[in-house]
Amino acid sequence: MGRRVLLIEDEPHIAEAIRFLLTRDGWTVASHGDGSDAMDVIRREVPDVLVLDVKLPGRSGYDILGELRADPTLAALPVLVLSARSRQEDRDMAAEIGASHFMTKPFGNAEIVAALRQMAQT
Amino acid sequence: MTRPRQPRFLARQNYRRRRLIDAARLLPVVGLVLILVPILWQPAHTPEPDTARGGIYLFAVWVVLIVAALLLARVLGPDEAERPGTAEDDGEAG
Amino acid sequence: MVPFNILVAVCLAYVCLLFLVAFAAERRAERGRGGWLRSPIVYTLSLSIYCTAWTFYGAVGYAARSGLEFLTIYLGPTLVLIGWWVLLRKLVRIGRSQRVTSIADLISSRYGKSNLIGVIVTVIAVVAATPYIALQLQSVTLSFGVFASGTPEGWALPDQGATALWVAGGLTLFTILFGTRNLDADERHHGVVMAIALEAVVKLVALVAVGIFVVWGVADGWADVAARTRASPIADWPLQPGRWIGLTFVSAAAILTLPRMFQVMVVENSDERHLATASWAFPLYLMLMSLFVVPIAVVGLSTLPEGANPDLFVLTLPLAEGQGKLAMLAFLGGFSSATSMVIVAAIALATMVSNHVVTPLWLSLREGGARAPGDVRGLVLMSRRVSIAAILALGYIYYSLSGGSAALASIGLIAFVGVAQILPAMLGGIFWRGATGVGAAVGLTTGFLVWLYSLYLPSFGPDGLLSAELVATGPWGIGWLRPRALFGVDGLDPLLHALFWSLSLNAGSFIAVSLVTFPGPVERMQGLAFVNAFDHDPGARGWSRGGAEAEDLLIMAQGILGAEEAQGFFQSEAEAQGKAGFLPDTTPDFIEKLERRLAGAVGAATAHAMIAQFAVGAAVSAQDLMAVASEAQQILEYSTQLEAKSEELARTARQLQEANEKLKDLSVQKDAFLSQISHELRTPMTSIRAFSEILGDPDLPAEMQKKYASVIHDETIRLTRLLDDLLDLSVLENRKVQLNVKVANLHDLIGRAVQAASSTRAQRSFAIHRDMPSEHIPVITDADRLVQVFINLVSNARKYCDADRPELTISARRRGGRIIVDFVDNGSGIPKEAQRLIFEKFARLTDTAQAGGAGLGLAICREIMANLGGTIAYLPGQGGAAFRVSVPVRLEAQLEPEAAE
Repeated sequence: MGRRVLLIEDEPHIAEAIRFLLTRDGWTVASHGDGSDAMDVIRREVPDVLVLDVKLPGRSGYDILGELRADPTLAALPVLVLSARSRQEDRDMAAEIGASHFMTKPFGNAEIVAALRQMAQT
Repeated sequence: MTRPRQPRFLARQNYRRRRLIDAARLLPVVGLVLILVPILWQPAHTPEPDTARGGIYLFAVWVVLIVAALLLARVLGPDEAERPGTAEDDGEAG
Repeated sequence: MVPFNILVAVCLAYVCLLFLVAFAAERRAERGRGGWLRSPIVYTLSLSIYCTAWTFYGAVGYAARSGLEFLTIYLGPTLVLIGWWVLLRKLVRIGRSQRVTSIADLISSRYGKSNLIGVIVTVIAVVAATPYIALQLQSVTLSFGVFASGTPEGWALPDQGATALWVAGGLTLFTILFGTRNLDADERHHGVVMAIALEAVVKLVALVAVGIFVVWGVADGWADVAARTRASPIADWPLQPGRWIGLTFVSAAAILTLPRMFQVMVVENSDERHLATASWAFPLYLMLMSLFVVPIAVVGLSTLPEGANPDLFVLTLPLAEGQGKLAMLAFLGGFSSATSMVIVAAIALATMVSNHVVTPLWLSLREGGARAPGDVRGLVLMSRRVSIAAILALGYIYYSLSGGSAALASIGLIAFVGVAQILPAMLGGIFWRGATGVGAAVGLTTGFLVWLYSLYLPSFGPDGLLSAELVATGPWGIGWLRPRALFGVDGLDPLLHALFWSLSLNAGSFIAVSLVTFPGPVERMQGLAFVNAFDHDPGARGWSRGGAEAEDLLIMAQGILGAEEAQGFFQSEAEAQGKAGFLPDTTPDFIEKLERRLAGAVGAATAHAMIAQFAVGAAVSAQDLMAVASEAQQILEYSTQLEAKSEELARTARQLQEANEKLKDLSVQKDAFLSQISHELRTPMTSIRAFSEILGDPDLPAEMQKKYASVIHDETIRLTRLLDDLLDLSVLENRKVQLNVKVANLHDLIGRAVQAASSTRAQRSFAIHRDMPSEHIPVITDADRLVQVFINLVSNARKYCDADRPELTISARRRGGRIIVDFVDNGSGIPKEAQRLIFEKFARLTDTAQAGGAGLGLAICREIMANLGGTIAYLPGQGGAAFRVSVPVRLEAQLEPEAAE
């Protein structure tokens, strides 16, 4: 299939779990753990889907998402925002900035895999 | 409840108080006049000069002034701030 | 006959009693138990300093010479007192609201806080009071002489000068001790007032006792006294209408303008309502004081030998009748009259001299003015002490120069006329808004000079300061300038002549100059505040915001009021504005209050000048305000009440706003905290959930199963640790932690911490330098908690120290009751902007992976140290990251419940 996903997540264990799940589902997974140079990584090899943690060292996930949506070449990239916050305001804010999908930690394994599949198809 | 009647009562009390203040203002003038009365006894060389009587007159004036001041002070003494209808004043002023 | 030595002993005992009373009263007042110290009776009695030795002894002499005329001296004040509602009430109200310190301060404050006018009034007061003080010294000396010589003439004491010197010295000591102990903002002297109240009772009792003895002991009741009166030379006393009116007037003026009367009546007044009591009680006191004057005079004239000095009948009558004890009481009465007058007069005059002459002079001489740091307070106190000594010295010098001459006898009335010169400026100031400072200065100076020329200088006698020839023919032969017949008005009683000309020229020039001059803005505002004292409680505003820094003002105020009082005042003002701390906003209102507070210590003019150096642009704003005030006078008055209300509202609003901001802050903090906790909890839970679901896959290879199980295990431990930390923190923050206090050796505690932290980044070589011998300090505290702090610091160093060869230096020492332990590593340290944050919860500087904790470590350390009564702080400038832990050697408060258990 060759669908590529880029994972921006600083917690190594969470990144490892997602990598395992998506690899098993047939994705090609790349991951990165820092916010400050995340844009460079994304631009270098634009993935099919981006999984973006909100609370990152160096730079906030929302901030990255904002820059991404402002860039015409990346504006259409499907982005799954992962957040530890679950309130409606947080969802609204993510949608506002341009998240394709919002998921609260902790998430179900099937849930995240299904979401990514769906995002890759559209 | 005496509430409805209170305004009229207060106004009356204020009126009374204002007249008492008039009296307090007037008291030193009255005192001055009384103290200056001995001048009218001139000439002092009356057939029977009577210093004792003059003294008694002045001391009597003095006592009257003191008593008048005492009465006024007891009514006016409480400061303006406390004026509106303190219980003890009601009896005296009313 | 009372032996002279016993008399001296009784005198000393009496003075000691006064000391004790004054001291006890001061102590009571200091402890805040004013109580009866401030009762209307004490107030009334303190007014009795009006009755000096001149009246105690002299009234009888006066009556013997001029019949009932002496009564005018008491009837005048009686009229003023019973008319308290019109005049005294306003004076006292102004005195309190403007924090007036003396009569010179009142006049100077009214006329634009002009120091020149303060100086003029001070000069008048000092010149008029000096002979008066000399008169008191003379009367005490004379009365000593009566006992010493045993002759009723009483002029035979061998060394009168020495007696007067001792009396003057003793009075100086007493006055300095109780008159300048503190520089209170309200300038009240409880000790002095109490002592004076006591003296008032003594002199009244003495005079009444002598009177009763004379009427019923020597004479045969009132009828006999009346008969003797008719037979005596005073029966035919000539009532001179001019003198009768003039003396009544001048004594009424004197009770208002004598500096000592102003001191007790206005400055020392603690409650306006006391006036109501004094309005009848003081006339009663005066009446009792004069009740027996005529009988004593009449009986003295008829029983004592021809030529006996009637001024001393009060003493010589009992002595002649063999009543030694009564004579002693009379002597104490006279002594009381003299001493109380001198004490209060000296305090009042010294306040004036120091506030209007010495302090302004010093301030203008010193470079930098009020801004330069310095102890103004000490200066003011010292200058008052010196002034008191100087005033009494002047009195003594005057006494010894005049040689106790009989010319002194008339000095009482001469002084009255002198201080009466202040009356036009005073009455004009509080009743007429048009009175101007220039007018007042001209009026005061004119009146003063005329008085000097026509009454004061001639009073020294033909060979005194004015030659007999000048008095007779006038200067350079100009007839209409003869001091006793100005403008050709001849044949008038000299006193009346001087009274008439000095006061009419004074008042005339005051009014005329006031009409043609234009007052400055400050003056107009003060005029408004004085004339409308009852309508405008807050007084006029003169200061605009800006320019004045609260901190500068505090520094200056500390120099004057003393550190504690100034800080207290600033703090309470800040509180009133709804602010915490010591520095209120420098609103015009605040500056106004501060100025009045300072005025209470150094006088209005000086206070104004000092504040002016800080509050720049005051004149402009004052002008603005005056423009409004004069154009819309009525609106201003009408709106005062509204203003008070809106001020109240503004203050409430400000408090509400601050409370609201605090709440908002708290709520923001709480939100951030909850969000942090949420994040810290969800992160490990995410891994646990994900991996536990993965583990549910039966096809998972065994080594993967093992690996993921260990991840779950690690994350669970992380979760538990986080919860432990949070719980710990919450207990510590609520100070509900159970401390296990015991004796420990600091060396062991550091050792335990180093050992426990060794597992952190164990793979890296890490050097720890300790100075073992200095660590052996016993400490009584919760050792486990302290070790917890140490572990945290050591493992932080191991974790974050970014040097190639990481090193940590631990040094310990004892400072007083505290132990100081420093942890300094050789890494790059913590950036300055982050130093403030590191002790906050979840303040993690690096990313999670490296830290491996939730960022609560230092927050917990801080709370532990607070619980142990110590502190932990970042120590900047040490090369690497450095933390200083300070802990009390002995944890006091917690030991007791421990022992009880």
